[in-house]
Amino acid sequence: MKNEIRFSLNGKEETLPGDPRRRLIDVLREDFGLTSIKEGCGEGECGACSILVDGRVIDSCILPAGAVEDRTVETLESIRETERGEKIVQALTRGGGVQCGFCIPGMAVSIESLLRTNPRPDEHAIREGISGNLCRCTGYQQIVEGVAAIEHVEGDNS
Amino acid sequence: MSHPVEQHPVTKTVERVDAREKARGETRYLADIPFPGRLFARVVRARIVRGEVVARNTPSLPEGYILVTADDIPAGGKNCVRMIEDDWPVFSEGTVRYYGEPLALLVGPDRATLAHLTEQCERAVEFRQQEAALTIEDALLCRGGAIHGTDNVYCDYQVVKGDPDGAMAGAARTIEGEYRTGFQEHVYIEPQSLVGTREEGRVTIYISTQCPFYVRKAVATALGLPQEEVVIIQTPTGGGFGGKEHYPDVLATTVAVALTRIDGPIELILDRMEDLEVTSKRHPSRVRYKAGLDEAGRISAFDVDIAFDGGAYESSSRVVLQRGMFSSNSVYEFPHVRVRGRAVATNSAPSDAFRGFGAPQGLFAAEMFLSRLAREIGVDDLDLRKDYLLQQGSTTMTGGRIHEEVKLPEMLEHVLRVSDYRRKREAYAAAARDNGANGTDGAASAKPLGGIGLALFKHGSAFTGSGEQEIIKARVRIRKRADGRPELLVSNVEIGQGVLTTFCKIVAQVLEIPYTDVVYDDHNTSHVPDSGPTCASRSVAVVGYLLQEAAKKLKGRLHEPGEFEVEQVYKHPEHLRWDAGTLSGDAYPSYSWGVNCIEVAVDPLTWEVDVRGVWTAYELGRAIDEEIVRGQIIGGAIQALGYAGLEKMENPEGRFLQRTMADYCIPTSLDYPGVDYALFDNPYPWGPFGAKGGGEVVFDGIGPAYAAAVQQAIGREVTRLPVTPEYISELVHEK
Repeated sequence: MKNEIRFSLNGKEETLPGDPRRRLIDVLREDFGLTSIKEGCGEGECGACSILVDGRVIDSCILPAGAVEDRTVETLESIRETERGEKIVQALTRGGGVQCGFCIPGMAVSIESLLRTNPRPDEHAIREGISGNLCRCTGYQQIVEGVAAIEHVEGDNS
Repeated sequence: MSHPVEQHPVTKTVERVDAREKARGETRYLADIPFPGRLFARVVRARIVRGEVVARNTPSLPEGYILVTADDIPAGGKNCVRMIEDDWPVFSEGTVRYYGEPLALLVGPDRATLAHLTEQCERAVEFRQQEAALTIEDALLCRGGAIHGTDNVYCDYQVVKGDPDGAMAGAARTIEGEYRTGFQEHVYIEPQSLVGTREEGRVTIYISTQCPFYVRKAVATALGLPQEEVVIIQTPTGGGFGGKEHYPDVLATTVAVALTRIDGPIELILDRMEDLEVTSKRHPSRVRYKAGLDEAGRISAFDVDIAFDGGAYESSSRVVLQRGMFSSNSVYEFPHVRVRGRAVATNSAPSDAFRGFGAPQGLFAAEMFLSRLAREIGVDDLDLRKDYLLQQGSTTMTGGRIHEEVKLPEMLEHVLRVSDYRRKREAYAAAARDNGANGTDGAASAKPLGGIGLALFKHGSAFTGSGEQEIIKARVRIRKRADGRPELLVSNVEIGQGVLTTFCKIVAQVLEIPYTDVVYDDHNTSHVPDSGPTCASRSVAVVGYLLQEAAKKLKGRLHEPGEFEVEQVYKHPEHLRWDAGTLSGDAYPSYSWGVNCIEVAVDPLTWEVDVRGVWTAYELGRAIDEEIVRGQIIGGAIQALGYAGLEKMENPEGRFLQRTMADYCIPTSLDYPGVDYALFDNPYPWGPFGAKGGGEVVFDGIGPAYAAAVQQAIGREVTRLPVTPEYISELVHEK
């Protein structure tokens, strides 16, 4: 008899439905309705499908779903409800950092990951932090400026 | 950044109406919208470059799967994707003109099964292959026989100003040059996506597109239906850049034909590899110049021969070519000019619209040739440009007038100052002279080679010539809703450029209400009038103006009871003249102007180019929202830097070698520095609050400025884009 694959998703214990060889992006979008995750390339290049697995940024399009067994998965759906998440949303919204918006959820996830380890990143650190997220509209500068202006959020950096 | 002139209130930045929802990941793009009972589709493609289908040998399909081909096009319909000409078929009926051309559409319930079946179907097809034509030279030689007509020429235009033959014959000296540019792929991050279905019996297409009415026309033509019976609904569109101007028609028509057999909903989303491989790219170009100089060394005759690689079907190549031709004199006025332009057929995926629409190719060639002329004549690069600069009242190469005040001289001075161009230019030249003994072969020193370059340019807003008046005839309406809020009814759509916000701001400014009170969320072709496509730097300049005029009719009436509408129809400004037969007169209603400067350091071992600074100045009439315009400026510059130095797509044997986003690299956040900008206010009387177009001019000048900078750094003439390290190495080692 097959064991269930359990994982934590946005703070809730979940059981992985279906075949564990399916791509994580498909499981999260189709079975859990987490459509902040976008598919831009399906090959781990563009970063539009970025999520956090145990706090690290992962392209969910190239990860088999079974790989998250006993791990913690976070998507923008939970990040945006936190204080820091709201600051990231505002930083993107107010500074001209959003154009077509398709890369933006993945970008926000990478920014969250960056701020957890480096609450006051300089321009280079921000550029490095989002370098796995391709944006074809903005040229990145307004995103970088927006993040640089985020005030440090005290608290949980786990 | 700087503001040489005090801002108009409309220029003041507001929060974009769509930004928060997008930043929270709540915006539903096509793939995020649930369609109960949705089926999936995959295009069955020809896996050869050129030839004829001999046998299809279609395997038997499991239950629930259907194969849709040209045979399914209903009586009264037509196997074509209607754009300008009807040459591009929905499905090949046997002839294959490019790698990946659609043969059929497979529809079924399971994606994995579909992928497997598609491969089976593709493998089963037998072809008779033919020699392919893959370059402009191949096309003109009709390699493998003509693809189009008898000579592979889609169109052959000529523009004549003055007496170029006489002036050239009388020239004391002539100087020539040849310039080339390559393909560029749009890489909108959201791939081409649509769902076709039937709603209330009508064919209904939900689609990521720039031009809902283009899709409607193409679908109606393929199915032989009146246009009103087809409904197109634009979904939030994850980038376009021209790549979703016509190409969505190509996909929507295949799904529409499938809807004659099953009701759907049918989802067709290209995966990235497929998208890179088969969708339209920027036209590769070859531009040849010959200038005739008189005894005094002045440029008397200017002869230009332009060829654009239009690919396997015509699509909008003739219009792209025209813009390339009209850009080939850049911002300069010469007395006697001939420009010949041809768009030719090759066995590459059809080339089509891409931000700039032919202008980047023409301007690159023009600016590089001007540099060559300065060098050959022995005058300063900038002095030569200043001598021929267009000004108010100048006659353009098409015999039109420059109606507006040209602010280029002050824009140029601004860029020279903030970039410290003159000092740096001289210092790099001195450094190159000091290195002179060693040459620039790089072996002698590991010190980076510095260079700085400039480009001047303009971009005409709106459709070419009388296109706005004769082809589009834009119509806008504003509905005063029962709740008192104005609702915009237009067909222009948000693709990231900010139009949802700018249109609301324009109308709100007239009505003196908050911009958030304006409603603009209906993108359904059966609800809105056709105000034209979202392209050609026309949305703000043309449609925004119509909205401003319509809003004036609504002013003071928002408190009236009930619901009513006001309408505004496009009227060509009376001072503009155009003869489409001779391509003479005012090629565009207005121009936006720009000056770009780029500083580089070239690594003498790897020939990698490090961009050290980007300075820009633009005159776009008046910015409707400064932060949105700034987003266009920076985004356009970075996308154009990719075109200038990074993005290479080649198909030496017909299939593109760059197949993934790892092969075809677009700029990341680490590749380029920030972009400095300045806006020069110069209100345009027929633009909303004085605004002209800004979406494309911001792309146009980066290529030549980058090439000019590299040219100075390596001491070799650059004549091609992209300027890759491989190309630089070739130039440097050329004896």
